[in-house]
Amino acid sequence: MSLRTPPLHQVHRDAGAEFTDFGGWEMPVSYAGISTEHAAVRESVGIFDVSHMGEVEVRGPDATAVMDHLTTNAVADLEPGDAQYSCILNDDGVIIDDTVIYRYPDEDAYLFVPNAGHGTQMTDRWSTHAASLDADVTVENRTEDLGLVAIQGPDAIETVDAHAQDSIADVGRFSTIRTTIGDVECLVARTGYTGEDGVEVFFDADRSRELWGTFDDVQPCGLGARDTLRLEAGLLLSGQDFDPETEPRTPLEAKLGFVVDESKDDFVGKDALARQAETGPEELLVGIHLNGRGVPRNGYELYRDDEHLGHVTSGTMSPTLSEPIALGYVDADHASTGTEIAVEVRGRRIPATIVGQRFLDSLGGNGGDEASDGNDATDGTDD
Amino acid sequence: MDYEIPTDRRYAESHEWVLATDEEGVLRVGITDFAQDELGDIVFAELPREGETFDRGDQFAVVESIKAVSDIYLPVSGTIEAVNDAVTDRPELINEDPHGDGWLVEISTDEDVEDVDSLLTAAEYEDQI
Repeated sequence: MSLRTPPLHQVHRDAGAEFTDFGGWEMPVSYAGISTEHAAVRESVGIFDVSHMGEVEVRGPDATAVMDHLTTNAVADLEPGDAQYSCILNDDGVIIDDTVIYRYPDEDAYLFVPNAGHGTQMTDRWSTHAASLDADVTVENRTEDLGLVAIQGPDAIETVDAHAQDSIADVGRFSTIRTTIGDVECLVARTGYTGEDGVEVFFDADRSRELWGTFDDVQPCGLGARDTLRLEAGLLLSGQDFDPETEPRTPLEAKLGFVVDESKDDFVGKDALARQAETGPEELLVGIHLNGRGVPRNGYELYRDDEHLGHVTSGTMSPTLSEPIALGYVDADHASTGTEIAVEVRGRRIPATIVGQRFLDSLGGNGGDEASDGNDATDGTDD
Repeated sequence: MDYEIPTDRRYAESHEWVLATDEEGVLRVGITDFAQDELGDIVFAELPREGETFDRGDQFAVVESIKAVSDIYLPVSGTIEAVNDAVTDRPELINEDPHGDGWLVEISTDEDVEDVDSLLTAAEYEDQI
């Protein structure tokens, strides 16, 4: 298999980036080092090339009905320009992917952003279901011809406003506008995947160099920092924290119930979720803080005394907190905050505690941990 | 990129260095500038205990960066004489000064580094990386 490269590949190479294969794309992991890039986003601003993410456009008289049928959240509630985080399920209620759906501000159509490598699969899925519903829609995979850049951090809005024709400061969270940055026409969405304020900018992929070059004084950030930033914020990574093959999870298990609108007439996976809601999920996603030395990693096992409780799906040494943190699934009977558990690191059990998965809040003193247990959405697209 | 490769020591193909100390039969061991750069921001070092013995080629330590876990191998057989507690407390020392303050352990050994064929000179190591 040959890797696809983003239009900015040479620009990243010239900037000294290291690369990795992600979802079939050769993407930058880091430029100046993960810690430096991570700190830039937490303290000021950083820019990410995320054009490996999928983009699928859905238009036509039945577009809303098809979107509502294939995703869990209430698409019909979206006003023009609104964005919405959501899940895409199979008939078993298992998450195939998560996504952000954008209702265009100026036309009756939707753009949704599946994860890297899922663009073709989702385009096919939408087309197949639309045909079986006899729905009047057109579905187009725009992954190759749309560029996507994220500008994130407390100074992100000011940074973008300095170059945008319209004020981004006036755009609410999870809203979009069409404007021009430099002289590149863009759809600017106030969404992100870092736990910080910021935007994601869609534009014609042929204009990638101009758009990126507009922000050449902003710290470029790779997928390494993107991963540590999203993990500190307690945001899930598709293909790792849930995956239909390797980590099959429903939104209830993944604590994504807040993006499931049970009042909708029907959507794929609804019946399976209703059945699981009656008994309650057997396992739940939790945040984990290691009390001893070590770095939790994907696949490490979790114990409570001698009882096997579950496993880690994502873990790192938090650059902001300098603490080892992880997301993982545990037996629902032992999933409450404060439960003392252990993480097995190379054959040794390291003491750990279940904490709110929004680690910046639960460990960083930015707020209470109980209230921040990942039950409301503030962030959007992910890798 | 240019890496520091001091000529006062020998190198293993797996990117460890060994340096003679003032004490007869005691060698200091660490990882190279190239290795720390490949790993990126190092956040954790798991070092052996004093008195543990290892054969040449044994894994004796683990160094973790944000993105990777790396096993560290002992280029010569010997017994751990000293452990650098400073890198346990501040693993980033390995990034900052891999050939100096970021050393990992000192071992006592019967082996003479000049006789260990698998160890490279600085020039040979430079050719390899």
